[in-house]
Amino acid sequence: MSKMIDADQIRFRYDPEVDNWAVDGASLKVEKGEFVAVLGANGCGKSTLAKHLNAILLPEAGTVLVEEMDTKDEEQLFQIRQTVGMVFQNPDNQIVATVVEEDVAFALENLGVPSDQIRQRIDQAMKMAGIYQHRNKAPHKLSGGQKQRVAIAGVIAMRPDCLVLDEATAMLDPRGREVVMDTIRTLNREYGITVVAITHYMEEAAQADRVVVMNGGKVVLEGTPAQVFSQADLLREYHLDVPQATELRDELVKLGYDLPQGIISIEECAQAIYKLFQ
Amino acid sequence: MSAMIQVEHLTYVYNPGMPDATTALDDVSFEIEEGQFVGIIGSTGSGKSTLITHFNGLHRPTSGRILIDGVDLWEKPEKIRDFRFKVGLVFQYPEYQLFEETCYKDIAYGPKNMGLDAQEIDRRVRQAAGFVGLSPQLLERNPFELSGGQKRRVAIAGVLAMEPKVLVLDEPAAGLDPEGRDTILGAVKAYHKATGITVVLVSHSMEDIARYADKVLVMDQRKLAIYDDVDKVFAQAPRLLELGLSVPQVTKIFLRLKELGLDIDTDVYTMPYAVKTLQKALEKRKGEAEC
Repeated sequence: MSKMIDADQIRFRYDPEVDNWAVDGASLKVEKGEFVAVLGANGCGKSTLAKHLNAILLPEAGTVLVEEMDTKDEEQLFQIRQTVGMVFQNPDNQIVATVVEEDVAFALENLGVPSDQIRQRIDQAMKMAGIYQHRNKAPHKLSGGQKQRVAIAGVIAMRPDCLVLDEATAMLDPRGREVVMDTIRTLNREYGITVVAITHYMEEAAQADRVVVMNGGKVVLEGTPAQVFSQADLLREYHLDVPQATELRDELVKLGYDLPQGIISIEECAQAIYKLFQ
Repeated sequence: MSAMIQVEHLTYVYNPGMPDATTALDDVSFEIEEGQFVGIIGSTGSGKSTLITHFNGLHRPTSGRILIDGVDLWEKPEKIRDFRFKVGLVFQYPEYQLFEETCYKDIAYGPKNMGLDAQEIDRRVRQAAGFVGLSPQLLERNPFELSGGQKRRVAIAGVLAMEPKVLVLDEPAAGLDPEGRDTILGAVKAYHKATGITVVLVSHSMEDIARYADKVLVMDQRKLAIYDDVDKVFAQAPRLLELGLSVPQVTKIFLRLKELGLDIDTDVYTMPYAVKTLQKALEKRKGEAEC
């Protein structure tokens, strides 16, 4: 099976005159259908890396292959952008139309999709993103979480194989964050869309299949959420944190209690503590 | 202790009398005492931002009153400017409001407008910069060359330099990594401790509110829903979840333990207290087992 994304040893700097690399030899391989979270402190290069995944940026060294298409190959650009869709942090910067369904249809209209197909595709996309009941509303009257799902619907209407989310929940309230994460998980599990989610929230990363940690433009740690979050000290060195469930487990272990490794969720933590009382 | 902020039956309507008139605040009353650290939570659209922009007179109540330090804000509307200095407001993403050539000038902008002399301005700029952890060398740099977290600290220093009696911050840690969050909020807490000023912190992060605030004010659909000490608020987890809010993850763990049948308190909201509570309960359990 071919990889969804194969970024190999990429290097990128914003100023070609200065020896200051935003991404400095990072590799990221994503299988089809996978849900990968990318963690890292501010300035670690994770957003810069994300922008390489659909050719918004091109690497100065190294290669990025999207379903075996090289992002440097201009002739494939159109296909690459349709394969990998991006959702950014601020929902207000991504919405262009005055009615939800028109916004979702924007890209398809530009792609010249016949209008009967547009209707069908946007209806499906809005249902998948859980925004269908708001299709006739004005985007500015929606909550942050709803707006972000409008942005997601607009991207999935293009039927991408892969969705890249660059801190897509950073500006939302806890409820908004939950519904957006639920939507993303559904798209991944039920519709098989590959997901790469850049985030600052450890709890969100804990829901992924695999976590990639970046520091100083490089990938420094990689594994299942349980593997990554069991290395709390190392994560703190990279200015990151662990979910509170993991922190509580670690604190109890320090006091001499016996709890298993790899606890990342509330349920796992509660069950392990419950056992201590038996 | 006397009340620093008094809100009496505050109602605010956007576009009153128009077809699109929207009530943003509906008969809200509460008092914040001098020197307190109060967290405000509430889902998007609950009225948090409209509420805090009343504290320094950016909005004028449709009905009801606001008193700062015992004085009605709108008693003499021509004096409203005084309250802009008395109540320092740090907006969301304040780094977008920087405009000067150097960090020093940007931080000095507020005190300069207060008509202070150069020496006093200099003292305030340096002190404020020190509080947020900006080095003297950074003060001469152009703020647009700094990192996002540094820029934000410059913007906050600009408000601190006015030496307000009340500091209001709207999501000061949004978009920062965990360490950046701790740096900013830790600086605010240290400033609060050192100066004893009243702090109001709006945040979506229940973990941050739990860690830094003494009292929590919960807004829901334009009304004040809960206003109490932080432990009492997070003890009402089911209610908060009902309001579309959340509780810290550590509280959720304790709620689940209770559900599993463990006899344990659930008013736990910070990590040190969680560890202590569990340790106590486990030792008690061990004692019982040995008997």
